[in-house]
Amino acid sequence: MHAQKHADDGDESRAVLEGPEIDRALTRIAHEVLERTKGGADVTLLGIPSGGVPLAQRLAERIERVEDRPVPWGSLDITMYRDDLRLAPARALGRTEIPPEGIDGRTIVLVDDVLFSGRTVRAALDALGDLGRPRAVQLATLVDRGHRELPIRADYVGKNLPTSVRESVTVLLKEIDGRDAVLIGPAKPRAGHAGDTTVQSTHAEGDNR
Amino acid sequence: MRHLLSAGDLSLDEATLVLDTAKELAQVGGRSVKKLPTLRGRTVVNLFYEDSTRTRISFEAAAKRMSADVINFSAKGSSVSKGESLKDTALTLQAMGADGVVIRHGASGAARRLSNWVDGAVLNAGDGTHEHPTQALLDAYTMRERMGRLDGLRVAIVGDILHSRVARSNVLLLRTLGAHVTLVAPPTLLPVSVAGWPCEVSYDLDEVLPKSDVVMMLRVQAERMNDAFFPSAREYTRRYGLDGDRFAQLPEHAVVMHPGPMIRGMEISAEVADSPRSTIVEQVTNGVSVRMAVLYLLLGGSESGIGN
Repeated sequence: MHAQKHADDGDESRAVLEGPEIDRALTRIAHEVLERTKGGADVTLLGIPSGGVPLAQRLAERIERVEDRPVPWGSLDITMYRDDLRLAPARALGRTEIPPEGIDGRTIVLVDDVLFSGRTVRAALDALGDLGRPRAVQLATLVDRGHRELPIRADYVGKNLPTSVRESVTVLLKEIDGRDAVLIGPAKPRAGHAGDTTVQSTHAEGDNR
Repeated sequence: MRHLLSAGDLSLDEATLVLDTAKELAQVGGRSVKKLPTLRGRTVVNLFYEDSTRTRISFEAAAKRMSADVINFSAKGSSVSKGESLKDTALTLQAMGADGVVIRHGASGAARRLSNWVDGAVLNAGDGTHEHPTQALLDAYTMRERMGRLDGLRVAIVGDILHSRVARSNVLLLRTLGAHVTLVAPPTLLPVSVAGWPCEVSYDLDEVLPKSDVVMMLRVQAERMNDAFFPSAREYTRRYGLDGDRFAQLPEHAVVMHPGPMIRGMEISAEVADSPRSTIVEQVTNGVSVRMAVLYLLLGGSESGIGN
């Protein structure tokens, strides 16, 4: 899957965000989170695998730098709550790691790399409901590419990216891909359609529905 | 739709996928809502022709935690006691729309036969003296959790190998996962075919114990014995039972496993069974996680994640 993605990095894909811009967007989001949550005393950041997890970690580091206290962060795998499980072969699960503070009574900020149809976030809300009862749930995304299929919006957006439904948006992150970039490219086969036989989970946008 | 009939059908990648999936699903047991919506609307039939407590309950708990509908069928008090054949029972289940059938049967090969007759996934929960793949998977999971690895692990399986489906499944799976298995039993309790199995064979427990990281004790299956395989239970215990003295010969880090049900005082002493280095209770807990993983991988997607 990753190999296929890197093949797309060539002439057909173009970068719309590079490393420094991603850094700046995350720093801004970190400040916005602190402002909106009035200091963020009860904030827990949960990244959605795989792309959201390093982003949650980076946000936690930035908030810690500003406020000089650690912010709990973890990951929330939503595979078991997806509404398209039956459209594709059984997928490998991502990691779920809830920080020891738990989620009851806390302000959870879900972190994902790309917001598209909103179905991933719907699944994440269901997953959270089974884990406990947060005081509030907010959503941070690096890229909002539009085309929502559910009544869901992000509270914090790194960049709004107007796209056509047929285009693909791919977020590359240092922790996973060796470099930071947001690429926009021609359509790739969707998960669940012919040609996608992988059971690996991926943070490529095509799967992030 | 594919099946889980033999532990030997799993490749290294597939077996590892099951264990990794089980590791994630194990968290569900510790949550406030011990349930995932993944198999909502799917029907799993537990078809048990033989007595079983832990395997049936474990499969039932696993299916329910994944939100599947579970139908329990036991041969006693059913159409089977009126003389219905396995095939006709299978066709009945098929007509009722079972997505998965978990079968425990006294005849070796029953699960494979069943897989020819139904469209749903067939999970072998023990067929005669042949195989019990989910038991091998949960044993491998337990070993990996306790020892941190499987590759290169030295595993001794001790006892009634002849009648044990657990031993065969474990030998096949552990071989795939890179562990070295030694079977230890009196010659009368080893199958004739054992020479062709990918493992070592020994008749001397005392010689094998110091070289083992994991010792798996098996119950002597008296219900399957219509012959004298050893002179007396006392003599069996003397030579092949794991008591405190033998336990002391094991390396410091070694663990003792038992698939259950165990007969305390026969193949294992109470002192050993209750030791902190015994994984017997953990195995039961892990069994639910591993069966959740298998049910998810077989029934969760459009096609199976394993066995393809």
